[in-house]
Amino acid sequence: MIGGRALDVDALLDDRDTGIIVCCGSGGVGKTTISAALALRAAERGRKVVVLTIDPARRLAQAMGIEALDNTPHPVRNAGGQGGSLDAMMLDMKRTFDEVVESQASPEKARQILGNPFYVALSSSFAGTQEYMAMEKLGQIHADAQRDGGYDLIVVDTPPSRSALDFLDAPERLSSFLDGRFIKLLLAPAKGPARLMSAGLGIVTNALTKVLGAHVLRDMQTFVAAFDTLFGGFRQRAQKTFELLQADGTAFLVVAAPEPDALREAAYFVERLSEDEMPLAGLVVNRASPVTQDDVSAEEAMAAAQRLRKQDAESLTAGLLRLHADRVRMVEREALLRRRLEAAHPQVPTAVVPSLAGDVHDLRGLRQVGALLAGERPT
Amino acid sequence: MPSRDFPKVRLHIVTGKGGTGKSTVAAALALGLASAGRNVLLCEVEGRQGIARMFDVEPLPYAERRIATGLPGPDGQRGGVVHALHIDPESALLEYLSMYYKLGRAGKALDRFGVVEFATTIAPGVRDVLLTGKVYEATKRNSRNKKAVTYDAVVLDAPPTGRIAQFLGVNQELAGLARMGPIKSQADSVTTLFRSARTAVHLVTVLEEMPVQETADGIAELREHGLPVGGVVVNQVRPRDLDDHDLAAVRAGKVTKRKLTADLNRAGLTGAGDLVVGLLAEAADHAQRRELEDAQRAVVDELGLPTYELPLLVGGVDLGGLYELAALVRDQGLA
Repeated sequence: MIGGRALDVDALLDDRDTGIIVCCGSGGVGKTTISAALALRAAERGRKVVVLTIDPARRLAQAMGIEALDNTPHPVRNAGGQGGSLDAMMLDMKRTFDEVVESQASPEKARQILGNPFYVALSSSFAGTQEYMAMEKLGQIHADAQRDGGYDLIVVDTPPSRSALDFLDAPERLSSFLDGRFIKLLLAPAKGPARLMSAGLGIVTNALTKVLGAHVLRDMQTFVAAFDTLFGGFRQRAQKTFELLQADGTAFLVVAAPEPDALREAAYFVERLSEDEMPLAGLVVNRASPVTQDDVSAEEAMAAAQRLRKQDAESLTAGLLRLHADRVRMVEREALLRRRLEAAHPQVPTAVVPSLAGDVHDLRGLRQVGALLAGERPT
Repeated sequence: MPSRDFPKVRLHIVTGKGGTGKSTVAAALALGLASAGRNVLLCEVEGRQGIARMFDVEPLPYAERRIATGLPGPDGQRGGVVHALHIDPESALLEYLSMYYKLGRAGKALDRFGVVEFATTIAPGVRDVLLTGKVYEATKRNSRNKKAVTYDAVVLDAPPTGRIAQFLGVNQELAGLARMGPIKSQADSVTTLFRSARTAVHLVTVLEEMPVQETADGIAELREHGLPVGGVVVNQVRPRDLDDHDLAAVRAGKVTKRKLTADLNRAGLTGAGDLVVGLLAEAADHAQRRELEDAQRAVVDELGLPTYELPLLVGGVDLGGLYELAALVRDQGLA
């Protein structure tokens, strides 16, 4: 560990007061694997866990039995110990959205909405829908667990958004969008588009009609009118889930890889969490180059390799020394990047997970990652 | 000169799973294509200002801006120019309205009413239509856009593999929605360009299971949509310091502590007990990693597409690194 505090992962997982762990970070850092590994380890330490994943690798999804997209958790076999258990699910964003609409609107209105092309687009491709629905699903699972005394720990993987911050912004963006100025204008009570009062708005709707075509504008209005009653509900739900995230029982983990982009996102995230008063439990630096145990520098190794090569052009040891030099340089570079992050945020407890030689695609691999997270190192 | 492997292509679209270095490859490709006096435009559409970061400049506005000189030509000819364009849907909409509807000031009024925000967030696919529309305009150049530079090639730093077919195919879907009118005819033109021989979608991957799988899936999806697939760029390739012969020796357990210690002593590294243990462990890791990489390489080969390899830049990607990669991209025939 370079300066900084170590993150005690086992203590976090064992803490019965922590009911939600959210793993965030930019795309490609291994969030899903880390989420699943944490969930499995918690289950094997006696917690009743459910992990909500977003886009697990195919083989891992198979190993966990969550290939079927039915938007509900299923038990993972051969997981859990000491009275614990693990359930898992993969988020179906569109289905979750449909469920919300159906729960909030009358059957007639729900049908109208679900069939509208604007809704179809909104529910499957609006930037932020996936993030919003992950939060919505978390809210549902949490409410059910509280009521039925089911899970005592929910681990949430977050969508691989381009920016780690989408996760916090998206729900608000969706609800404020649904509450937006233009939508309100379109809904101007008891007035159709042709009778909107302000001349300015007349230009607007004319322009839109020209640009998008009359059908599109009408579909939009139908959608907006039908969706009207749900707006308040959406806002409310988003607010409740936001509060859940801020509550004491929630812990955020920022996952990063030791690369400039991922660490930059991690830094923004750390700042944002503290601004929003969300409980940051720590940083996980994933896929770190394993540290070398000796104190031979890259230069020394390269010099030695050259000497050997002179005597024997095919020296295998020379090749190994070059490998070693590469490793040392990678470790140094990663250490430098992390030091910069730590300088700006010195109090963030950190766990470093060395990269495994292969991909993780079964429970055995997840257990290995869990052990590395907890600070166990292979002997 | 144009790309050796893709001489007819004027629009190179670069996609890839998050974390594979897609933006780096797009920038390197642009630099490589811009050799010997050619003008190239590098554009981005995801609001990340990745181009500005890579070229170490201030965040880019919605305007074509000169950003770098291209790679010098193979015979030492002066490199051409790479311009950069950061495309955001709001600005694209306002520009479109002002070009087609002379809605300069009224355009600002639209903005006040929240229409621009609305259009770019909810009207199905409008955001993507605006983004792809601008890319189309930059490639074909609209006569209404006076003083516009004509480019020899356009490189698009595109959304990731999971989303690329949907992004590029949006114009077709929108054409379905807006059944007639100006948006539809524009949408048709864009679709025509994207599906033509003047466009190619290149996929960036690394030698790991998930990215390679996504690459294969992405290729299938692109083909379903009738979009032309170009090449696969295997990026961030780790050094292969052991040749196949040595790798075989490692795997066969022929590397002993005694031999290593003897060699290290000869090389002047005495008292290196920890080092020996470390080297053996690293050798084993390396052998395992190589096996996985070779397996993934085989999967990539089976895709049957022109394939290119770029090394991992251990020191990180800076401007010098980009030119290095650009030279490799050109030497291998992608640019």
